[in-house]
Amino acid sequence: MQARPDAAAEPLLSVRNLNVQFRSNDRLLHIVRDVSYDVRAGELVALVGESGCGKSVSSLAVMRLLSDPTTTRFSGEVRLAGRDYLRLPESEMRRLRGRDIAMVFQEPMTSLNPLMTVGRQIMEPMLEHLDIDRAAARERAIDLLKRVGVTDPKRRMDQYPHEFSGGMRQRVVIAIALSCNPKVIIADEPTTALDVTIQAQILDLLRALVKETGVGLVLITHNLALVARYADRVNVMYGGRIIESGTVEDVLRQPRHRYTAGLLMAVPRLDLPRAARLHTIPGQPPSPARFPSGCAFSPRCGAATAACGSVPADTVTRDRRYACFHPVVDVLPQEGEHAAAGAEHTFGTTVLSVRGLTRHFHLKRRAVVRAVEDVSFDIPQGGTLGLVGESGCGKTTVVRTLLRLQSATSGRADFAGQDILSAGKRDLVALRRQIQVVYQDPSTSLNPRHRIASILAEPLLVHGLCKSQGEARARVEELLGLVGLPAEMAERYPHQMSGGQRQRVGIARALGMNPRLIVCDEPVSALDVSIQAQIMNLLADLQAKLGLSYLFVAHDLAVVRHISDVVAVMYLGRVVETATRAELFSTPRHPYTRALLAAVPSFAADAGQGPEAKITGELPSPLNPPSGCVFRTRCPMAVEACAKVVPPPVAFSDTHRVACIRV
Amino acid sequence: MLQFIGRRLLLALPTLLGVATLTFFMLHVLPGDLVETMLRAEGGNPSVELVAAERARLGLDQPLIVQYFEFLKGLAVLDLGQSHWTGKPVAEEIFSRLPVTLEVAALSMIVAIALAIPLGTIAGMYPGSTVDYAIRSFAIAGIALPSFWFGMVVALAMLWYFNWLPPLGTASLFKNPLTALQQLILPAIAVGYRYSAILIRMMRSSVIETMHEDFVRTARAKGLAMRTIIRRHVIPNSLLPTITMIGLEFALLVGSLVVIEQVFSLNGIGRLFIESVSRSDFIVIQGIVMVLTLIFIAVNFLVDLAYAVIDPRIQLG
Amino acid sequence: MRKSSAATELWTTLPKPRGPVMKHILGQPLGALGLVLIVLGFVVAFAAPWIAPYDPLATDYGNAIAPPSFAHWMGTDSFGRDLLSRILFGGRTAFLIGVSASFIGCTIGLFVGITSAYAGGWVDAIVERFMEILLAIPITVLALVLVSSLGRNMVYGVDLNLVFAIALPIIPKMARVARSQALTIRNLSYIDAAVTLGFSDLRIIVRHMAPNIFGPYIVMLTAFISQAILIEASLSYLGLGVAEPTPSWGLMLAGNAFNTSMTAPWIVIYPGLAIALVVFAFSMFGDALRDVFDPKARADR
Repeated sequence: MQARPDAAAEPLLSVRNLNVQFRSNDRLLHIVRDVSYDVRAGELVALVGESGCGKSVSSLAVMRLLSDPTTTRFSGEVRLAGRDYLRLPESEMRRLRGRDIAMVFQEPMTSLNPLMTVGRQIMEPMLEHLDIDRAAARERAIDLLKRVGVTDPKRRMDQYPHEFSGGMRQRVVIAIALSCNPKVIIADEPTTALDVTIQAQILDLLRALVKETGVGLVLITHNLALVARYADRVNVMYGGRIIESGTVEDVLRQPRHRYTAGLLMAVPRLDLPRAARLHTIPGQPPSPARFPSGCAFSPRCGAATAACGSVPADTVTRDRRYACFHPVVDVLPQEGEHAAAGAEHTFGTTVLSVRGLTRHFHLKRRAVVRAVEDVSFDIPQGGTLGLVGESGCGKTTVVRTLLRLQSATSGRADFAGQDILSAGKRDLVALRRQIQVVYQDPSTSLNPRHRIASILAEPLLVHGLCKSQGEARARVEELLGLVGLPAEMAERYPHQMSGGQRQRVGIARALGMNPRLIVCDEPVSALDVSIQAQIMNLLADLQAKLGLSYLFVAHDLAVVRHISDVVAVMYLGRVVETATRAELFSTPRHPYTRALLAAVPSFAADAGQGPEAKITGELPSPLNPPSGCVFRTRCPMAVEACAKVVPPPVAFSDTHRVACIRV
Repeated sequence: MLQFIGRRLLLALPTLLGVATLTFFMLHVLPGDLVETMLRAEGGNPSVELVAAERARLGLDQPLIVQYFEFLKGLAVLDLGQSHWTGKPVAEEIFSRLPVTLEVAALSMIVAIALAIPLGTIAGMYPGSTVDYAIRSFAIAGIALPSFWFGMVVALAMLWYFNWLPPLGTASLFKNPLTALQQLILPAIAVGYRYSAILIRMMRSSVIETMHEDFVRTARAKGLAMRTIIRRHVIPNSLLPTITMIGLEFALLVGSLVVIEQVFSLNGIGRLFIESVSRSDFIVIQGIVMVLTLIFIAVNFLVDLAYAVIDPRIQLG
Repeated sequence: MRKSSAATELWTTLPKPRGPVMKHILGQPLGALGLVLIVLGFVVAFAAPWIAPYDPLATDYGNAIAPPSFAHWMGTDSFGRDLLSRILFGGRTAFLIGVSASFIGCTIGLFVGITSAYAGGWVDAIVERFMEILLAIPITVLALVLVSSLGRNMVYGVDLNLVFAIALPIIPKMARVARSQALTIRNLSYIDAAVTLGFSDLRIIVRHMAPNIFGPYIVMLTAFISQAILIEASLSYLGLGVAEPTPSWGLMLAGNAFNTSMTAPWIVIYPGLAIALVVFAFSMFGDALRDVFDPKARADR
């Protein structure tokens, strides 16, 4: 970590007792409660928390972007360089926005006006706020583009947003934020929509800008690892309040608040030995409509007592603050609790064997998208294969073809002595019972018009697994128990449940068919960290209990490491490396795997394998993939020969295969 | 650009052919017999022989499929045939009456767009406000009032309060613009109001949607004034769906025109259409439907062009 | 986004709790008004034979073109027929034709749209082309062509061919909406889940897709009742819809009505108001329904 700025220096941005309320026809939501924090020059301050904790709303309030007084009210103080602007009339506030305080939003694909050139959008705030003519603004915009790492800025100035990739658009948004030399920038989940390699590029850029220009940056995120890697100070939010704050080292190494500690232990971490089970926080984050009175975390807290019924006052020590009646006193264990997480399993048999799976999409004018090209892997009986890769790598297409939601162009997939890809109609129905799916988004994977009971019972009755309604009802109850839901849930509709509960119903529906293999398509990526751990433990328990095999698709390497026995890494439609978990995470061989691992933000200070392992540039189009090795255009090790042949897999062990000629 | 026009023309052909086929067969399955009606209109009770002879003269004794191909052959060389009733070439009948209709259509469209963009934007900026309710009610009224009745009421009001009636006859917009405008403005308002109502609603809902777009939030975070944001970011993006609507609902405008010409005794193509329908003069009906379809296709082509001008994501060619 | 002078006082009182009915009415005042008008219209039209003060067909030349009076609330027409009675009976025609044409058109369109989306491939392509062709012809024109070619086919006093002529142009519009809705739902993962659970096509369409298209169907049905009533009025006005002497609002405006109205405006004012009121009611109700079913277009969020 770089030298921290003098803590005594006057803060640039100072938020004091900020409260925000939303009111609709029938509800009053007090979403942000007495939030206070400071941002100093050249400092990167993180606001971290799960969904609904009020982190985004508080920053919109700081920007004064919540402006409809009929639905929103706020109170408190927000000082920018000593001056409170929370009460300024909008006409004066507008002069501050974009000039002294700027914002970077989450969704780069939608935060630029599609009908205006990128250049004009960067020049807009300058022409509005600075005494500057068009030519000078243009000069400066070109300069800014260069600074945020856009190559050929002169030409790209006159292009439209749709000609930019997501990562490049986020760079443009950052250039807009920088355009008037603001004192403070608020970045609301700036990389959540981006792939991990692009995320690393963007955050490295932001951090460099902060250190170079002395701007203060508020980084809003749900990702603790990002905080560890990039922030100087951190504020942990829960139930609308900041419950703990301090320097990153202090808070992450020695959390005081029970919630912070629980959250840190619930995250699967690449820098620690793998624990067999993740630590979980029971229950779910409170919805803003029903923040518990007193300490909002108390209903989920193991240490809660009667005292927690009132709001804990801040305990302030030199450089820290936390609000907890029963603070953690120990240093957080740096090893997983069950550090001896058992030896690696060895698997004898294979449940699903995929060979040469290929899927091409034919577009108009003879264009072909090679979504999946010659993919092979084996899923061990009773084990988990993790299929990992960034967006556009083809992992979703692999899943859809294996489930026969799409047809494959060629290849085979043997399951119980039968090729899934060529199975006839009748065989397919039988296969479908044995291969079940858990989907990514629990909000769309359950029919909104059916009750949980009917969602779970319908397949049982259709396939004759239960002969009568009564039998089905008993089985539904049993299934709900299996996934840890109370039987009353059967009467609910999906929208009356939380995301985690819906995901449990999705798992129960799959289990109802007594499958041998469950395809988990990013089952935890839409969930909050504390819920994610619960679901991953549930999946592991079910596997041990029922002898299930999993095909686990994910983009989060830490999650993949936690849950998989064997891992296949995909890039641009091809599998570049397959290995056991131990092999892949201790001795990654393929340069792409290594770059991917290096890009994952890690809790360990100065982790990462240095800049040389990071990949630069962007994913090539699958319409026109590079010849030979598809990774060569971004590979630090590429040589001429890489362009000539598609690298055949090289075996390093029985289980470790790498498709690269340079290893 | 040329390629774009070419491709659009190519795409229009099957639609035209489809419309031609559909109209032809719809008109020829009907029970009514044109020849008898016509001869009866001339008085007396025509003999069977006379009817047969007349049918043969008009080519109506041919098998349907032969008549169909004759009709298509005519279309291919832009020959719409002769009116069974007047014996004049259909094309001539149509083109002599087309200008009035086109003039009213153009005027209505101007009225509609001039109302829709500002009103839709204001309503969309403040959804749920009093202004919004007023504009929405204005719009729903525009959809609810039958345009022919609205036309009558406006004309009555003009007569009642200003003792003013539109001049009789049909003046040419180019030779006698003032008189023509006086004749055309009331029907244009009646039809344009109805058409604008649809556009206002579209514009309103797309402004509401655009106001919630992330890029508008970006613009607000830049510290731009609301006026600038509306003008530069919200309106252009909201125009796109509205422009599409202009093309899609053009058919509705034409439908209202057909009726309004009756009210104001405008001697346009709509009047001709109604006359031909009551005379069962299929050849003319067919011809008019073809011309209207062609106009519909042309308007939608212009709409696509306008779209491409505004939206850089759409590339011509 | 009104000009805000920074509302920095927090609320201390909770909003008044309201029942679900009240909430809907407050959320959709225009829609509630529409519904009330529709119900009122139905009742009045249904009860026309009992509440109409005169026989709508009875002529009284001695009392022709009488202005509104206590005896004739809305006056009489040029045949001396009571306008109020004719409007009440005209309501029956309007509702009957409007509701049945919209129902027929929307139901066929729904079926065509879902089938087309689910079948995909060349079936979808051909159906799409056909719908495009129908959409290129103005509704009124298409209806007129059909009316002129089909002639009349009276069943129980209703011209079935007229109903069909009004219903046909509705089909492609409904089919489009149903198709795109079906395609959207087709891509949601609960339909994937239904496929991977081994459900049959029929079960997926009937149990999982159709119920979720029901909302847009109801919205379109309401919207097209008003369209159908308007088309009926236009056709009747042109003398090609409902035939004399059946009372019809459009027919009451036809012929000499406009010229007569220069001296006796009530002759055109009242029938037109009747059309406007009913169409207004259905449009507002349809709008409110759309907001309920499609939260994206909702006015307040």
